[in-house]
Amino acid sequence: MRAKIQVDHLSFYYGDKQALFDISMEIRERQITALIGPSGCGKSTFLRCLNRMNDTIPGTRLEGRVLLDGQDIYAPGTDVVDLRRRVGMVFQRPNPFPQSVFDNVAFGPRVLGLYRGKDELEEIVERSLRDVRLWDEVKDDLKQDALSLSLGQQQRLCIARVIAVQPEVILMDEPCSALDPIVTLEIEELMKRLREQYTIVIVTHNMQQAARVSDWTGFFWLGRLVEMGPTGDVFTRPQQKLTEDYITGRAG
Amino acid sequence: MNRRYVVQRVGFALLTLAALLVVVPILLVVGTIIVRGASAIDWEFLTAMPRDGMKAGGILPAIVGTVLLTLGTALAAIPVGVGGAIYLAEYARDTWLTRLVRLAIINLAGIPSVVYGLFGLGLFVLFLQFGTSILAGSLTLAIMTLPIIISTAEEALRAVPTEFRTVILSLGGTRWQAVRYVVLPQAMPGIITGIILGLLRAAGETAPILFTVAAFYLPRLPRSPLDPTMALPYHLYVISTQVPGMPEEIKYGTALVLLALVLSMNVVATLIRSYYRRRREW
Repeated sequence: MRAKIQVDHLSFYYGDKQALFDISMEIRERQITALIGPSGCGKSTFLRCLNRMNDTIPGTRLEGRVLLDGQDIYAPGTDVVDLRRRVGMVFQRPNPFPQSVFDNVAFGPRVLGLYRGKDELEEIVERSLRDVRLWDEVKDDLKQDALSLSLGQQQRLCIARVIAVQPEVILMDEPCSALDPIVTLEIEELMKRLREQYTIVIVTHNMQQAARVSDWTGFFWLGRLVEMGPTGDVFTRPQQKLTEDYITGRAG
Repeated sequence: MNRRYVVQRVGFALLTLAALLVVVPILLVVGTIIVRGASAIDWEFLTAMPRDGMKAGGILPAIVGTVLLTLGTALAAIPVGVGGAIYLAEYARDTWLTRLVRLAIINLAGIPSVVYGLFGLGLFVLFLQFGTSILAGSLTLAIMTLPIIISTAEEALRAVPTEFRTVILSLGGTRWQAVRYVVLPQAMPGIITGIILGLLRAAGETAPILFTVAAFYLPRLPRSPLDPTMALPYHLYVISTQVPGMPEEIKYGTALVLLALVLSMNVVATLIRSYYRRRREW
């Protein structure tokens, strides 16, 4: 398994306040990497460094390198629009646009001009909806308002919206924290299937979730990466005392 | 009975009275105008030129003038107003320049309308030599309308959740695509409401058109934007104060036409707003 993303000595600052301290890690291709840690430990900030979403916040600064397939995404001349197509993102709350189901999935291909002709667009939409197992539930009425779907369906729709632009990596920022347990399991099943095609990085503060779905787990504490390794090892034989305390509920 | 409840009863009664008092003037104004003006309204009144020193015939040129002025105002004020609002809500960082712009908007809103009239006379009629014309009048009204359009449009844009912009950026879209495809459509009802409120005010104003476009008596339709024209608010002022022996009926009839024009625009605004409000929840 080769490294899809390689992070080299990454530090990140909001103004004068340092949020991430010298983080290095490898994110392997077609694996699910979970980032765990208490609220405010920097895991979401780290996630947003991977597709340069922090660029939109004024007054932030970054040191170190983030390599996607060996290319530094912070190098001058990087096409940020193309980077964000390759590294898609799913957010905490399901946030479909208040438009039809079809328009939601078609949004990315439309703004990026990724298709030729109406047929191809319809094909992309169908394939994306099939990938997230939403197609059978919505195929009879693609024109229905996306907001009329259940929350779980909405979150799958948001994942389909990301898949429609054919990304290589999908970043998920606590994608289940607004969902009930049953829907959460659905999304987790979906992630395991998506793993066959995509590299997935998920931020979660639900440790059971990390243990259930991920292949690799990184533990963040106060802006530092304390430990990273295969999920089984991190949960059963943590190398660091702090990791063990957190996982067993004594810290955090 | 407990003294606290007595106080509450009296308090509520006074508040109710205050609320009802708001309704009284509007009923009286609209009622009087309808009762005394309705008999003046007929086909000729709406479609003919005035005759006999405006004491007979119709008010067509004034109606057409007001409609043209409102359209001209819309043409000038909407692109600038909505464009400015998009800049302020979506692009502007908090710098001294944007603070200056906001200060200007607040102050524009506070300027008395007669001052706009004199300003329009100075800038458009005399300096730019547009003469007393629909062009000069529309531009003057547009400047007066701008602060209303900008501030309501900016508010409507800011009400669209930030999340949508973030999502679009994360899909590889640009800021402009976020505005164009999601934010603007979502903010549209609010923006349209602001536009109509602004135009309503423009349609009913007398002072800004007094020196810039309005003709005292001009019984023909304008042929170009550089022509002067009659307009309903000014016409009403003229026939109410400047023409001796004017039949009461015509005055009230003219007021009724102006009122109907303005109120129907208001109804349209309300319909648009409630239509969109039913459709969106997030």
